[in-house]
Amino acid sequence: MKINVKVLVALAVAGSIGLASRVHTQQPQAPAEIHDFHVQGNVWLLVGAGGNIAVQTGDEGVLVVDTGLAQNAANLLVAIKKLSDKPIRWIINTHVHPDHTGGNEALSKAGRKTNGQPAEILSHENVLTRMSAPAAGRPTASWPTDTYFPEEKDIFFNGEAVMLYHEPNAHTDGDSIVFFRRSDVVVAGDTFVTTSYPFIDQTNGGSIQGELNALNRILDLAVPAHEQEGGTYVISGHGRVCDEADVLEYRDMVTIVRDRIQDMVKRGLTLEQVKAAKPTLDYDRQYGSTTGRVTTASFIEAVYKDLKNPQGKPRVR
Amino acid sequence: MKWTRCVVIALSLAVAAPAAAQMSLVGEWSPRYHEDQPERIPGPELGDYTGLPITDGARLAADSWDASRLTLREHQCKVHNGPYILHGPVQFRLWEEKDPRTQQVTALRMYLNTYEQERTIWMDGRPHPPEWAPHTWQGFSTGKWEGDILTVYTTHIKQEWIRRNGVPNSEKSTMIEHFIRHGQIMTHLQIWDDPVYLTEPLIRSEDFVLSERSGGNWLWPCEYVDEIVNRPHSAVPSYLPGQNPFEGDFAYRYGIPVEAAKGGAETTYPEYQTKLRTLPKPTKPETK
Repeated sequence: MKINVKVLVALAVAGSIGLASRVHTQQPQAPAEIHDFHVQGNVWLLVGAGGNIAVQTGDEGVLVVDTGLAQNAANLLVAIKKLSDKPIRWIINTHVHPDHTGGNEALSKAGRKTNGQPAEILSHENVLTRMSAPAAGRPTASWPTDTYFPEEKDIFFNGEAVMLYHEPNAHTDGDSIVFFRRSDVVVAGDTFVTTSYPFIDQTNGGSIQGELNALNRILDLAVPAHEQEGGTYVISGHGRVCDEADVLEYRDMVTIVRDRIQDMVKRGLTLEQVKAAKPTLDYDRQYGSTTGRVTTASFIEAVYKDLKNPQGKPRVR
Repeated sequence: MKWTRCVVIALSLAVAAPAAAQMSLVGEWSPRYHEDQPERIPGPELGDYTGLPITDGARLAADSWDASRLTLREHQCKVHNGPYILHGPVQFRLWEEKDPRTQQVTALRMYLNTYEQERTIWMDGRPHPPEWAPHTWQGFSTGKWEGDILTVYTTHIKQEWIRRNGVPNSEKSTMIEHFIRHGQIMTHLQIWDDPVYLTEPLIRSEDFVLSERSGGNWLWPCEYVDEIVNRPHSAVPSYLPGQNPFEGDFAYRYGIPVEAAKGGAETTYPEYQTKLRTLPKPTKPETK
């Protein structure tokens, strides 16, 4: 039997392309199991749908901060239903990424405003700008329906003020930190995570100084109880529920790494020299990674590039 | 009828027996500082990492640590975490909580007089919280009796430090403890594991004496103040790598080889004494 090598190579290449294409487009995976955790007051954390999700419940209905990945939307609705049988009235997006906005369409359609329309999707206007760009390929029904552009926005729902603070050029250019004032819970989005170094998404307008400004904002909002423990709780974008002391350690870490790389930039080190100097060595076993969305190398590179061409300024208190 | 009653009484005694046999740790306990006194009471010197099986990352973190960080608002009212404080300056009161019906101990409560800390060791078999639950200074502890030894496992511990000179612990720390009572003395043995900052578990012990009188209290009505005028809001005091002005001071003052002063698992074993004799004496550090 004669084997045509050219055909085999062509088949192998075609197969590889097909595989690469499937990986790139991220075929939907099986829906994840979603766990709920009562943070305090009216606010719950839902874990497992993608990015962390906060749910506020009360007599007026349900407010959801972020909506996870699209493939988990059905399970997310079941998890929300366990917390309240009231309709979803509000959806807030902390930023544009699909692991925080993927369920927008399903949740909005499952909910309703008091006038019977699908539940409102509220975000900073830069989220709408990014999501509605043709290249984003996001369905129209998943776009924010209500946006704001000043530094702050607030609504009153379920008996408490819900404050939104825009953090310019932090994780992205559309980050909102959400503060449930009576429940005393801050929802950080991906400006604060406990599972990795911060993701400075420069293609979506992120910057290291904006990231630090966001972390310092969370510290300003949080008031600890006795012994610097508890009090205001902070829901991270990925990872666990924290209080001020935890955010403080993370803020310190990001600042120290920034200061080290800034010193290296001033001394004229190249990116490769900076990486070789291991400016994150003391934190790598906790936050470092060689795979995934945020690697140690990508974090160093983002900080280095940003410091070579700074995007943000420290906020003056 | 008599026979049935005898069986019931025998069964009741059999069920009640384990509770009656249980060791009690109830009381006010005061520490003895004959072990590691310089570290536990006055506090360690900067750059003294001796006896700690730390990672290179922990060493860098400690060399970068500037004590001025404690002047930041959010650092001022922090207290010591569970693994640290029992090796630090502390007296504690321990009492039992019992199920009113079964008289089984459901929890051991501790009041640590340093910074008014309270701790619960759950004895009712409950699971530890999920990984996304908040951490606390004392962590979440569950205990069980192994003979007369109380063994406790703690997770969800906040990040603080292993030694009071900037050697950090991480939030991934866990701790196993053994409380061993012999008369009026109690030995506390702790095995502190930290995949981030320790290459091997850190094992240390302390002795406590049962006190007839209540210990003093170090009350802690802490309120932060701005200690440094005009410091930028976002500043975090730290030393850049290689620029700590105190680096090498400890080794030089005590004539300890620099390598040994920097700690690491190797330096904690008796065999290291042979190597120690071959290492160069420290020289006077350069002024930075």
